[in-house]
Amino acid sequence: MNIDYSHEVPTVAGRLTLAQIEELVAKPMGTKPNKKYFIALSISVSLLFTGAIFLAFSLYYGTGLWGNNQPVGWAFPIVNFVFWVGIGHAGTLISAILFLLRQKWRTGIARFAEAMTIFAVMCAGIFPVIHTGRPWLAGYLIPYPNQHSLWVNFTSPLVWDVFAVSTYFTVSFVFWYVGLIPDFATMRDRTASKIKKTIYSVFSLGWRHSNRHWTHYEKSYILLAGFATPLVLSVHTIVSFDFAVSILPGWHTTIFPPYFVAGAIFSGFAMVVTVLVFVRKIFDLQHIITLDHLEKMNKVILLTGMMVGYAYAMEFFIAWYSGVQAEQFVFINRAFGPYAWAYWIMASCNVLIPQFFWFKKIRRSIPAMMVIVILVNVGMWFERFVITVTSLSRDFLPSSWAYYRPTIFDFGILLGSFGLFFTLVILFTKSLPVVSISEVKAVADGAQPTHHGGADHE
Amino acid sequence: MNNDKKIFGIAATFKTPNEIINAAKKVSNSGYTAFDVNTPYPVHGMDSAMKIKPSKLGFVTLVTGLSGAAIALLFMYWSMSVDYPLVIGGKPFFALPAFIPVTFELTVLLATVSTVIAMIALFFRLPDNKHPLHDTDYMKSVSADKYGIVIESTDTKFDETSATDFLKNLNPLKIEVIYYPAEEPYPIFQPKFIIFLIIIAVVVSGGTYLMLNKLLYITPFNWMMEQDKLTPQKGSELFADGYGMRTPVEGTVAKGFIPYPYAGQTNPTEVLSNPFLLTKENIELGKGKFFTYCSPCHGYFADGDSRLRGQFPNPPTLHSKRARDFSDGMIYHIITNGQNVMPSYTSQISREERWAIVNYVRVLQRAKNASDSDLIDMNKETGSNVTN
Repeated sequence: MNIDYSHEVPTVAGRLTLAQIEELVAKPMGTKPNKKYFIALSISVSLLFTGAIFLAFSLYYGTGLWGNNQPVGWAFPIVNFVFWVGIGHAGTLISAILFLLRQKWRTGIARFAEAMTIFAVMCAGIFPVIHTGRPWLAGYLIPYPNQHSLWVNFTSPLVWDVFAVSTYFTVSFVFWYVGLIPDFATMRDRTASKIKKTIYSVFSLGWRHSNRHWTHYEKSYILLAGFATPLVLSVHTIVSFDFAVSILPGWHTTIFPPYFVAGAIFSGFAMVVTVLVFVRKIFDLQHIITLDHLEKMNKVILLTGMMVGYAYAMEFFIAWYSGVQAEQFVFINRAFGPYAWAYWIMASCNVLIPQFFWFKKIRRSIPAMMVIVILVNVGMWFERFVITVTSLSRDFLPSSWAYYRPTIFDFGILLGSFGLFFTLVILFTKSLPVVSISEVKAVADGAQPTHHGGADHE
Repeated sequence: MNNDKKIFGIAATFKTPNEIINAAKKVSNSGYTAFDVNTPYPVHGMDSAMKIKPSKLGFVTLVTGLSGAAIALLFMYWSMSVDYPLVIGGKPFFALPAFIPVTFELTVLLATVSTVIAMIALFFRLPDNKHPLHDTDYMKSVSADKYGIVIESTDTKFDETSATDFLKNLNPLKIEVIYYPAEEPYPIFQPKFIIFLIIIAVVVSGGTYLMLNKLLYITPFNWMMEQDKLTPQKGSELFADGYGMRTPVEGTVAKGFIPYPYAGQTNPTEVLSNPFLLTKENIELGKGKFFTYCSPCHGYFADGDSRLRGQFPNPPTLHSKRARDFSDGMIYHIITNGQNVMPSYTSQISREERWAIVNYVRVLQRAKNASDSDLIDMNKETGSNVTN
C-alpha cells in the first residue's frame, strides 16, 4: 500500500464547487418526495402507530400489562431508556469532540448525527415518563409542589438523571439550532416559494453572513463544543450512576461510568452508520458523505467495541478478585444462568462481530458494514437488558428470584420508539439541510484563501 | 438620489476568497470603519483583514457558568442542610460529592443557553428580518458562493461616488447600491395577523378548557376514582352475605388487644388490680394522656371545670370522697367502659396509657387533698423546712 501522507484526503470528494454542494444538499427540500420516500415513511409511521396503540392500552389498563413485576421492576422501560440515550451520544461526539479535535471530516455527518441525538433523546425521554404509569400527572410537578416543605433529594442518582438528560437535550438542541442558522439563511435566499421563504426567514433570524457576526459565531461554536464535550461524557456517566450507586451485585461497580460512555459511543456510531448508508444513497450525497467517512466511523466502532469488551472481561476479573460471593455469583449467573442466551448474544455482537472491521475491505464494503452495525445495535440493546434484568432477577434473597418475561406490550412500545425515531429522521431529511451547508463549503477545495492571503495574489 | 430613497451602502461582490481578503484589507486600511464583509462561511484571516477585535462572548459564558454553579450549590446547601435537613444514606447534610452532578449540569445549562441568547440578542442584534441587505441580489449571491463587501452610509468618510470608485478599483464582479426599504405599516395591524392571533387565542383557551374540565374526568385520567379494590362499607359479590367488610374468625384476638373481662358491666363486683408502679415516667405518660383525652371535660386538675363552655355536660370533680375511694381498677373500668354520658375510651387510649392515667389521677387526688403529715414527709425527703 502506498498512501501519500503529505496532504490530507479532501473532505469533499469530486472537487465540487460551492454552488454544487449547496445544490446537492438543498435538493431534497425543493423537490417533491419520490415513491421510495413514501414507502419508508409509511413503514416507520406504521411502527409508530403500533407503538402508540400498545402504549394507549398500557395507559388505559395500567402498567400491569407489562412484564415488570417483583423482583424485576426495572425492565424494558429502563433498558430502552439507556439504549436510546446511548444512541444519542454519537451525535454530540461527532459535533463537539471531533470539532475540538479539528477533525474536518466531521462536517459532512455532524448535522445528521446531531439531529439523531435529539431524536434519540426524545425516544429515551418517553420511557421514564411512561414507566410512572400515569404520566399526565407529571404536570403537577410544575411548579414544584412543596406543601410539606420537603425538597427534592439532590443526592439521588434519579434526580441527577433528570438534570443530566434534560440539560443534554436542551444543549444538543441549542447546538443544533445554532449550526442551522446560516443554512436557514442560505435556504431563505435560494427558495422561490413565498411560504417557505417566510418560514426560513423566521428561523434564520435575519442572518446576513456578516463577518462581524461570524467571528462571534465561531467563538460560540468553540464554547458550545467545549461544554458539550464534558456534558456528553457526564450524561451516560450519570445514567450509569442509576445502577452503580445502588448496592445490587452486578450494578455496584466503579467501572460503570467509562464502560457506559464507551458503549454509548459504540452504539451511537453504529446507528449513525446504519442511517447514513441509506441517506447518502437515497439523496445522492455520496460526494459529501463519502466512503472515507463511513470507514472512519467503522474504526471508531472497532475501538469502542474493544473498550466494551475490555469492560466485560474486567467485570468478571473484579468479581473474582474481590472475593465477594454475591458478586461472583451474579457474573457466573450472567454467563451460565437462565439469561445466558442474552449474555452470549451481547458478547458475540459487541465484542466478536466488530473485529471484522480490522479488515479494510470490510470497513469499506457497504453490505458488510450494514450487517455488522445492525448486529452491534442488537448487541448493545442486549447489553442493557443483561445488566438490568440478570442482576434484578436473582438478588440476595433466593426466595424472591424470578424469571422475567416481557409481554407483547413491552415489545410493541419498543417497536413504537423505533417508529418514532425513524419517522423523525425521515421527516428531517426532507425538511432541513441534512448536511451543514456552510461548514461543508468552508472545507471544500479552494474555499479558504491561500497561505499568503489575498495580499500577494496577482 | 436623496429625494425618495435613502442609501444604506455600496456593495461589491468578488469571486474568490483571496480577492475578498484583499478587498477587506484595502477598505479597512483606507480608513473606513462602518463596513461589513458577507461570506457564505467564515473565511480564514478575515478578522485581521477587517481589524475585528477578538470576540468577548467568552465573558458571558464565564459569568453565567459560574452563576449556574453558585445557584445550584447554594440552593442544594440551603434546601438540604438548612431548610429541611435530612440524613440520606448516611451522608452529611452538605454532601458535596453527591451535589457535583447537579452543579455540573446546571453550570453547563446556564452557560450554553445564555451564551447563545446573548450572542443572538446582544452581539448580533437579531432577529432582524427588516435589514436593508435582505432580499437584495447582493445578499442572494453571498448566501450562495460569492464574497461581498459593503461600505455603509453611516461611515463618516462615506460619499457615494468616492466609495463606488474605490470599490471599482478592486475589480469586483458587480457593484450594487443598497437602499433602505420603504417604511411598511406594522404587520401587527394587518387584518390577517389579527385573525391569526384570534385563532390562536381560541385554540389555546378552548384546548385548556377541554383538558382541565373534560379530559381529566375521563378514564383513565380521572384521578383513580374507579378502582376494583374493596373499600370500607363497600358491597361485594364475592361473599354470600354481600358485605365487603368481614368480621374476624370467632375467638381471634388481635395483636395488642387483651380482652377486658368486665366490659359492659355498670357496677362490676370485682375489678382488675393496677399492674403498673407509680414511676416518674409512668406519671409523665399519664399526665400527657390525661391532658389530651380527659382534661377537656374533667379540667387540668380534675376539678370538673370543663373547657367546653356547656357544649357537653360537666362531669363531677374527681376529688370527692366517692372518687377518692374508688380502687385503681374501678377508675380503669370507668375509662374502659364509660359511665353515664362518658363514652368508652378503649379505641383511643391503649391499655398501658389507661393505667398511666389512673396513676396520674391518683397523683392529682393526693396533691389536691394533702394533709399536714404529707408536709412532714416532704420536708424529710427534700431537706427543706416548709411549714403550713
